[in-house]
Amino acid sequence: MTTNEPNTRNSIRHKHILDLDELNRSDIELIFENTDSMMEVLNRGIRKVPALRGKTIITLFYESSTRTRVSFEQAGKILSADVINVSSDGSSSKKGESLYNTALTLQAMKADAVVIRHQHSGAGYFLAQQMDSTSIINAGDGMHAHPTQSLLDLYTIKKHLGTISSKKVVIVGDLLYSRVARSNLWGLTTMGANIVLCGPKTLLPQDFLDSRLRETNHPFRDIQIEENIDTALEGADVVMTLRLQSERQKAGHLPSLREYSRRFGVTSERLKIAKPNAIIMHPGPMNEGIEIESDVAHGPQSVIESQVTTGVAIRMAVLYDLITGNHSEKES
Amino acid sequence: MAVNVLIKGGRIIDPSQSIDEISDLLVTDGIITEIKTSIDRPRNSEVFDAQGKIVCPGFIDLHCHLREPGEEYKETIETGTAAAAAGGFTTVCAMPNTVPAMDNQSVVEYVIKKAKETAQIRVLPIGSVTIGRKGKQLSEMSELAQLGVIGFSDDGDPVEDPNIMRQALSYSAGLNLPIINHCEVSALADGASMNEGWVSNRLGLKGMPNSAEEIMVARDLSLAELTGGHIHIAHASTMGTLNLIKAAKARGIRGTCEVTPHHLTLSETLVMGPTEDSFVPLSPDAYDTNAKVNPPLRNQSDVRSMVEGLRDGTIDVIATDHAPHNQVDKMTTFQDAAFGISVLETAFGSLMTLVDNGHIDINTLIKKLTADPAKFLGMDIGSLKKGSSADITVFDPCETWIVNSQTFLSKGKNTPIEGILLKGKIKATFFKGRKIY
Repeated sequence: MTTNEPNTRNSIRHKHILDLDELNRSDIELIFENTDSMMEVLNRGIRKVPALRGKTIITLFYESSTRTRVSFEQAGKILSADVINVSSDGSSSKKGESLYNTALTLQAMKADAVVIRHQHSGAGYFLAQQMDSTSIINAGDGMHAHPTQSLLDLYTIKKHLGTISSKKVVIVGDLLYSRVARSNLWGLTTMGANIVLCGPKTLLPQDFLDSRLRETNHPFRDIQIEENIDTALEGADVVMTLRLQSERQKAGHLPSLREYSRRFGVTSERLKIAKPNAIIMHPGPMNEGIEIESDVAHGPQSVIESQVTTGVAIRMAVLYDLITGNHSEKES
Repeated sequence: MAVNVLIKGGRIIDPSQSIDEISDLLVTDGIITEIKTSIDRPRNSEVFDAQGKIVCPGFIDLHCHLREPGEEYKETIETGTAAAAAGGFTTVCAMPNTVPAMDNQSVVEYVIKKAKETAQIRVLPIGSVTIGRKGKQLSEMSELAQLGVIGFSDDGDPVEDPNIMRQALSYSAGLNLPIINHCEVSALADGASMNEGWVSNRLGLKGMPNSAEEIMVARDLSLAELTGGHIHIAHASTMGTLNLIKAAKARGIRGTCEVTPHHLTLSETLVMGPTEDSFVPLSPDAYDTNAKVNPPLRNQSDVRSMVEGLRDGTIDVIATDHAPHNQVDKMTTFQDAAFGISVLETAFGSLMTLVDNGHIDINTLIKKLTADPAKFLGMDIGSLKKGSSADITVFDPCETWIVNSQTFLSKGKNTPIEGILLKGKIKATFFKGRKIY
């Protein structure tokens, strides 16, 4: 039996994963090591280990999502956990049950972990406050955070470039509304990347443009802002494009999608400005032809599809860590 | 019922008469009859020992939400005024965002009647500016004025339409009553749940920029100049607002403003939970919905300018904006949670931190809670003058206590300073000479 178990070592000893601001470099590196072991499990002929047998994972999705929910479900099932999917359509949320009462109900059902996606920032924190004995994994909360997506982005960079430290990472697009970008800012900063944000000022949080950001102890003091994508891409190792929602145009952030695409769309022509071995990433779902050209999205430098496979392994590592890890020593 | 009390040995501070001395104070039949170094106890009068304490006029709150009628599960006139008395207040002005709104005689009469039956302090109603607080059609202001409303406000919401605001200011000028506006341009603030800045960016919450408040303040001051009306800016919260008001006052425009205890003492980092450092990792205590209030808690520099505005007189009065909510209104995500803080019982203790830190002196603080709001109301209250109603607050400036919302008399337990140590405690509140707390 035990030889079947994934070959993981240690635990980061966190009870929850709510965002990457709470993980230090060695936590992230440990998750990477354990993800390597999970990748090995994924490459086996029979992809099933008993690691989380008898454990219950509930995915609680208040916002529609295919890839993230399926990724968590698959991760849990490979580890032999019982995975129960609750989505807002099938749950009592439509009957008006509050998140508070849902939290109490799930706790009473003795769920070991709850994976929550919610349209409101901080929903995972609210659950963590209410549920003492359950680990909470934030699978995307409003505009705030999406830590497992960020972990898989970081892991992907590490696998392709060998290291994250000192790599120039250009994040292009809607920084204001992107939870993926927010989590990546913490993760990339912790791992020592050089971050450049590129987008129209209307889609950058105002405080990034304020001098306060340059305060000596500000965690994001070294992040650069560059409105000109051609300048931003010079010498880039990683280009992360973000999804541009068409609502942004209606809210007045943009004159038109066409102009956005011309100014900030990542094209094969522009990609030549980056380093020759630069990788292209996108958290999906993509608007091909707007923020990213199809040729780029499916081209040789794109790692977008491998991001999906990695996502399952990352989530296996995180679920395994939180559910089996001894976090009582670290968390009071 | 004859109410005779001798309050002995306290430090009497009455800004309306510039009194600050250790004296005795005698109340006869609910009226203040004498302040003298030593008064012998008359027969049939009770004695209250105030040694080591400060005796001042009962506080006046120009802005609180008593929720009745309509939202009695959050607060009632009875519980809200009991909370007020416990906080040292003897007069409160009730905002009209009840259900239904106080936009007509019958609702205002109901509030007056309920107050007479259940409140132990003075309740002064505020009428709504527009029918249903919808911002479309003026309430029957003159009829409401006859019932004794002290001004008009659609608080909770702004009067969005500049023409309606113009007409309201013009019409109310004839009644010699102010329009109290909650200044917020909805196009800039809709969907926002806190102050815009680094903390909102970190938390992924939509923020309100200071401009959302300041643009409407500028508009209202301009309309006050145009009409000769009196605009009172509710809960001013930004440096820019104060600059606008200062400039308007210098030009003789009838523009006044109030500030809340929380905008004088708390900043936006509180939304992250009990931390001063906005760079540390978030804990599950982040997204504290009890720190969700409108206008939002601002950044440190705005808080400092509020204190400065109190010192330099730009801010006319301190008002609580007491906004009690039930737990169900707050036990949810930050975005869904209701705006508002239960303030009445912590107001004075919070404000005393400003005195303790040397930002303002005790006399200024008391003046902004008594003589200045009385002047605003044009009423003969907020004073310990001979012949005044014996509305008196006695507090111990040195006693420390820990905020515990479970002990609040208010139904609203929604405070962002739960567990915080405050210095300065209300020891007794007298209304018309009767000890009600």
